[in-house]
Amino acid sequence: MTLLNIENLTVSFPQHDGVVQAVRGVSLRVSPGESIGIVGESGSGKSVTCMAALRLLREPPSRIVADRLELGGVDMLRAGRTQLAAVRGRIAAMVFQDPMTAFDPVFTIGHQIVETIRAHRDLSKSAATTEAAALLARVEIKTPDAILNSYPHQLSGGMLQRAMIAMALSCRPQILFADEPTTALDVTIQAQILHLIKQLQAELGMALIMVTHDLGVVAETVDRVVVMYGGRVMETAPVQDIFDAPLHPYTQALMASMPGRTPGKQRLIEIAGASPNPANPPTGCPFHPRCAVADAQCAAEAPAFRALSESRAAACWRLA
Amino acid sequence: MSAPKPRSPLYFAWRRFADNKAALVAGAILLLIILMAIFAPLISKTGYADQKFLTQAYAFPQAEFWFGVDDLGRDFFTRIVYGARVSLTIGFTAAAFSLLIGIPLGAIAGYYGGRADWCVMRLIELFSVVPPLLAAMLLGALTNGGFATIVLIAALFGWVQVCLLVRAQVKAIAQKEFVRAAQALGATPGYIIRRHLIPNAISPIIVGFVLAIPLAMMLEASLSFLGIGVPPPIPSWGQMINVGMNFMYFYWHLAVFPTAALAITVLATTLFGDGLRDALDPTLKGR
Repeated sequence: MTLLNIENLTVSFPQHDGVVQAVRGVSLRVSPGESIGIVGESGSGKSVTCMAALRLLREPPSRIVADRLELGGVDMLRAGRTQLAAVRGRIAAMVFQDPMTAFDPVFTIGHQIVETIRAHRDLSKSAATTEAAALLARVEIKTPDAILNSYPHQLSGGMLQRAMIAMALSCRPQILFADEPTTALDVTIQAQILHLIKQLQAELGMALIMVTHDLGVVAETVDRVVVMYGGRVMETAPVQDIFDAPLHPYTQALMASMPGRTPGKQRLIEIAGASPNPANPPTGCPFHPRCAVADAQCAAEAPAFRALSESRAAACWRLA
Repeated sequence: MSAPKPRSPLYFAWRRFADNKAALVAGAILLLIILMAIFAPLISKTGYADQKFLTQAYAFPQAEFWFGVDDLGRDFFTRIVYGARVSLTIGFTAAAFSLLIGIPLGAIAGYYGGRADWCVMRLIELFSVVPPLLAAMLLGALTNGGFATIVLIAALFGWVQVCLLVRAQVKAIAQKEFVRAAQALGATPGYIIRRHLIPNAISPIIVGFVLAIPLAMMLEASLSFLGIGVPPPIPSWGQMINVGMNFMYFYWHLAVFPTAALAITVLATTLFGDGLRDALDPTLKGR
């Protein structure tokens, strides 16, 4: 059974002077309980892919086209407003990058968690409040009752992100989208939050999609990695293989530019060039202008995404 | 981690409001006028239409008749106090109806944007280009005035301001991440509008409400002055000004008191509303 099934997803934003293609033909399957990391640089389409999966993008201005976009058996492209609302929170939930802005400033944390619980489950207010306190305890908040009565501006970022995770888990989703959940937090809190997410994922048996540009985050939390570049999936592989034996030239370049792999002081290795302009992407493989092994074929035609072994797949002419 | 006892945003708003002396005094005067209107039967010795003092008609203000006696032998203080009832009731109901029309339309236009926004904006333009008094006169003449008509007309022209305020606020808040977070956790558009957007827009709504009141009161006074507003013998300040104008050179009190009552009430409400706006929107830099 597949929990999330995306086939050939394209997300574009028509502008006055052309079309910005944020996502270009992405396919992704996630099984229950599986944890997946989507990595890529800014503008590679990783966040937009998740937003599109939940239909959270405003349409217009965005345009979402896909051969298939199913979440928990619901056809997200055909689902109406009420059906979407039922899927969001119940089947899939999302944790955002900046916890400071993810809560409504005029209500207490408790009010917001209770409202979320009651939106999906038929519980009395007091039962929902008890449940909310239990959820906060579950995300390792020491004084749940004090936090329930706090307004968002009274809490630290780490505390709010914990509360956000508690709120996202309040209706026991089968899949959790975490869109750079630690980017806005400082490093010591990052590790705690990642550990918490991983632990809850294992305990609750839910699937996890971790969107990040931090390879360290990926290494710590997920089983399988999807590498995106220029709105396309470049490579997908088990997390161990991505680090030990990357196949795609982009993944290889990415790994080579990761700081701190070898001890000692040294210059950072970078990938020459800049990421493609989504309004005017290069023809063929999006990575070919920066690729060391590209040739005329790479510039002319985009490589298909092909399975290379049972667990690995990549889109590159050099890998046959 | 122990959070300090949460102080509600209202507490801070009150502190800021109390710093504004003009608004504070205006609020106190407004409260006094409201109390007088509510307890009118207790502080006046006759009914508003009782011609008990016909022999003393036109009497100047004195100990027995604070504001004198009018041309038809009625205690003028009583008339002014009951006039506050009419003025305030019309002001408040019209403002309430303005909210009733303005909030949903503003929220829909701001949240959905696109075609809904276009339609609401054209509707607003339609109401902005028609001079309210002319339209009010036409409607008033067609329906012979009366309480309900005045409220309706005032609301019909008062909602525009409320709608614009709400629309702007909703448009800004709808971009915030917490709205998307609510969507991601399964909130429907109606829920988001009701539970996130309108509570976050409550400050402009309150201000819009208070500032709609003097507009409605002025409209009522204007219509009553022209004779198509509240029908006699129900006392209305506008109507009293119209009558008092005729005697202005001989019996000044008949014109001065209703004018002063209207001016003070409208001024107090406006100052109060301005103070509220400054108190509820701390980001707004001082005058």
